[in-house]
Amino acid sequence: MKKIINDPNQVVQDMVKGMIAAYPNDLRQIPGTMAIVRSDAPVKNKVGLVSGGGSGHEPAHAGYVGKGMLDAAVAGEVFTSPTPDQLLEAIKAVDSGSGVFLIIKNYTGDVLNFEMAAELAEAEGIQVESVIVNDDVAVEDSDATTGRRGIAGTVLVHKIAGAMAEEGGTLEEVKAAAEKVVANIRSIGMALTPCTVPAAGKPSFELEENEMEIGIGIHGESGIERKQVATADDIATELTDKILADMEFTSGDEVAVMINGLGATPEMELYIVNSKVQDILAEKDIHVHKTFFGEYMTALEMTGCSVSLLKLDDELKSLLDAQSRPVAFRS
Amino acid sequence: MEFQAQDAIQWIGLTNEKIQANKEYLTSLDQVIGDSDHGINMSRGFQEAVNKISGESYDTASDVLKDVAMTLMSKVGGASGPLFGTLFLKLSTTFKGNDPVDYATFTSGLEEALSGVMQRGKATKGEKTLVDVWAPVVEHFKQENAFQADKILEVAKTAMENTKDLMATKGRAAYFKEKSIGHIDPGSASSYYIFEALAEAEGGY
Repeated sequence: MKKIINDPNQVVQDMVKGMIAAYPNDLRQIPGTMAIVRSDAPVKNKVGLVSGGGSGHEPAHAGYVGKGMLDAAVAGEVFTSPTPDQLLEAIKAVDSGSGVFLIIKNYTGDVLNFEMAAELAEAEGIQVESVIVNDDVAVEDSDATTGRRGIAGTVLVHKIAGAMAEEGGTLEEVKAAAEKVVANIRSIGMALTPCTVPAAGKPSFELEENEMEIGIGIHGESGIERKQVATADDIATELTDKILADMEFTSGDEVAVMINGLGATPEMELYIVNSKVQDILAEKDIHVHKTFFGEYMTALEMTGCSVSLLKLDDELKSLLDAQSRPVAFRS
Repeated sequence: MEFQAQDAIQWIGLTNEKIQANKEYLTSLDQVIGDSDHGINMSRGFQEAVNKISGESYDTASDVLKDVAMTLMSKVGGASGPLFGTLFLKLSTTFKGNDPVDYATFTSGLEEALSGVMQRGKATKGEKTLVDVWAPVVEHFKQENAFQADKILEVAKTAMENTKDLMATKGRAAYFKEKSIGHIDPGSASSYYIFEALAEAEGGY
């Protein structure tokens, strides 16, 4: 393992310190925790938004803390959910009395820790609501599994719920907006190479030089199908087809597209993927309202990408277009 | 059985030794069917728990286990933090006001722990989770009238090994479906160390 770190067990602490130092006017840290909070939180009369998850997904999640998106993000250990006590501190720090909304990705650890934090906060008299994001079409939803994972599409849930909260929406309205995004967003990822969790010291899985994985999750876990590396066009087609097969799209529909790098894929390659995705959508007469391009939810230095499509209506469009100022999401 | 603060401290200390010694093994189990952090997270959590309880003085086992529960919850993270935290919290709650803890109370503590963790994780038996070790151990405790270290060790070990043949339908391993068969569940392995440590602490192994 070769990484620019000090101590494998201190990476999260060191990262958070550096992040606060980079954006001292926008962000502050709750002492004794890995919770990063909007510097002006709690914002009066505004529903507070809290998200978070394991570290290693940067700029997720702290990069989305700021006006128009999250009020706080809590960083867990690498690829490990943050703990209930720290989530509770974040909830308390952003509650202005209007309630707090939690955005949770559908990973068992995230769900358990956020649920416990919500119970603790409610016991302290704070109104808490939440949504569980499960946009990954790679994992089939059935009674036999814990359901689909939450991946890059979560960033657009932050964006739209955040816009609703910034516009003065009530806790119920923020929840309704978030649920609408979850119902209309689908994602899938792929990887060419695995990543190495610093404390583990070796790659999370192995891929031969000529192999790729379709359907990987954001924690470096292996995917649903391993196959020969294909061209960018074939990869883009496979990912887009899996999404289009999962949700009904009709001619004239409007969508937001997110092309997300997983940490070590050059923009050149992501642009090539985007080009094909846009062609496929154009062929089907699906109109792209907006494209989000770059690294939104990474998996350390994994090479690969994910594609997300969000089907839009007028409400979602206007919330998506609303101004936001987090350090990693200026719109 | 007369389980007191000192016994609880010894139990957690021995558990920690086993988790530390098998940290890489637990992570390798998790590498196959999870996200390869189980050993790292459990070793961090139990080391912190030992650090916490060795710096305090305790009157009851309940107080020891409460601190253990809170430390695991706040230091482990992932799914294991709330789940293992819940197990020890339920033991602590059941033991409260009963000192020393007798065999019957210890048994009800384990029962409460099992039902608490099943509720928290929305899991039942046969889903390749720690429930598949805790359930048979609880069953054994209920069938007997006194603590039997060798039997506990045997039941826990067999139960852990049986998780190999199960297909995961809960937790992260569920994403691996058929691929999860043939591997011991990491949470079950950690649970085995907990009971192995209990057998040693109470049975003088």
